Amino acid sequence: MLHTVNKSPFERNTLETCLQHAKDGSTILLIEDGVYAATEGTRFSDTIKKAMETKTVCALLPDLKARGMHEKVIEGIKLVDYAGFVDLVEQNERVQAWL
Amino acid sequence: MSEEMMEEGGVVKKFMYVNRKAPIGSIYALESLEVVLIGAAFEQDVCMVFLDDGIYQIVKGMDTNDVEMKNFSPTYRALEMYDVERLYVSKEAMEERGLTTDDLVVDVEVMDASQIADLMEEQDVILSF
Amino acid sequence: MAIEVGGKTIETDEEGYLVNLSDWNEEVAKKLAEEEGLEMNDERWEIVNFLRDYYNEYQIAPAVRVLTKAVGKRLGKEKGTSKYLYELFPYGPAKQACKIAGLPKPTGCV
Repeated sequence: MLHTVNKSPFERNTLETCLQHAKDGSTILLIEDGVYAATEGTRFSDTIKKAMETKTVCALLPDLKARGMHEKVIEGIKLVDYAGFVDLVEQNERVQAWL
Repeated sequence: MSEEMMEEGGVVKKFMYVNRKAPIGSIYALESLEVVLIGAAFEQDVCMVFLDDGIYQIVKGMDTNDVEMKNFSPTYRALEMYDVERLYVSKEAMEERGLTTDDLVVDVEVMDASQIADLMEEQDVILSF
Repeated sequence: MAIEVGGKTIETDEEGYLVNLSDWNEEVAKKLAEEEGLEMNDERWEIVNFLRDYYNEYQIAPAVRVLTKAVGKRLGKEKGTSKYLYELFPYGPAKQACKIAGLPKPTGCV
C-alpha cells in the first residue's frame, strides 16, 4: 500500500497518524509540505529513520527543491520525480492519501 | 488600516508581522509579504517575526521551476530597501528544524520565545499570518 | 488585449502590462513605450534596464520611493530624484517604466 503525506509534520499530526496506520512493507511518499519531514536534524528525523527500518520512505524531489530542502534529505530516503510518483501509484494496489 | 493612519497623519506606530506558515503549501506567506511591502509606504515602524514553519519562508536554495510557481524568496532581501530592517526568528523553531542562520537568505536576529513575547508587548499592532 | 511586434501578437492585460514576462525584448519595449506615447532614448533605457535587473534580483517591481532611492544609489544622485524619473516617465516612473520593462505592476500600486 502507498501512503502519501502532504502536510508539514510540525503543523499537523498527519505524518504521525499515517505512520501509526501504515503496515510494515508499505511505502510512504512525502509530498508538498510533507517533504519537510524528509530533512535531517529535525524533531521528526528520528521518527522517519525508525519508519525506514520497516517501510520504504520516498520524497518528491520537485517539492523538496521548491522548498530549498533538497540538500538536507535524510540518507536512505528515495527521491522520486513526477514519473516516479506515477510508477508508485501503479505499483501499489491501494493509495491512502493522508491530508 | 490605511484610512486610520492617514487621519492620524505622522503618528508612527509599531507594527509586527508574525509569520508561522510554510511558504508554498498555502498563500499566507505571500500575502504577508505583500502586505508588508504595501504597508511600507505608510512609513511605520515595522518588524517581522518568523515562528514555527514560518522559518521555512526565508531558507536559501528554493527553486520552484519544477512546480511551476513563482519563487518569491528573493523578495525578502528587498525588505531592507523598504525600511523593514528588523527580522526576528525563533530560536526554538530553528532548533527543532535543524536550521541555523547560515541557512537563511536574510540577516536575522535569533530570539527565544520569552524575548519574542517581550517584543510583542511593545507593539501597537500585531498582524498574524 | 494585445500588441503587434514584428508580425507577432503579444498578449497584454487590460492595463497594457505584458501577460508573459518572457515575451519581452527590446522591440517589444519600444512598442510598449509607443503605446504610452514615449520614445525610447538612452535615459529611458537606463531606467528600464535598471528595473529589469532589479526584478531579476528581487522578483518584485519596486515602489516609486524605493526605485528613486535605488536609482540614486546605483546610477548617480542626480538621477535618484522623482523629478528626474517623472520627466522621463510622466505617468509615473514605477507604473510606466515597469510596463515598458515588461514587469508586473509594482506591488502597492493600485
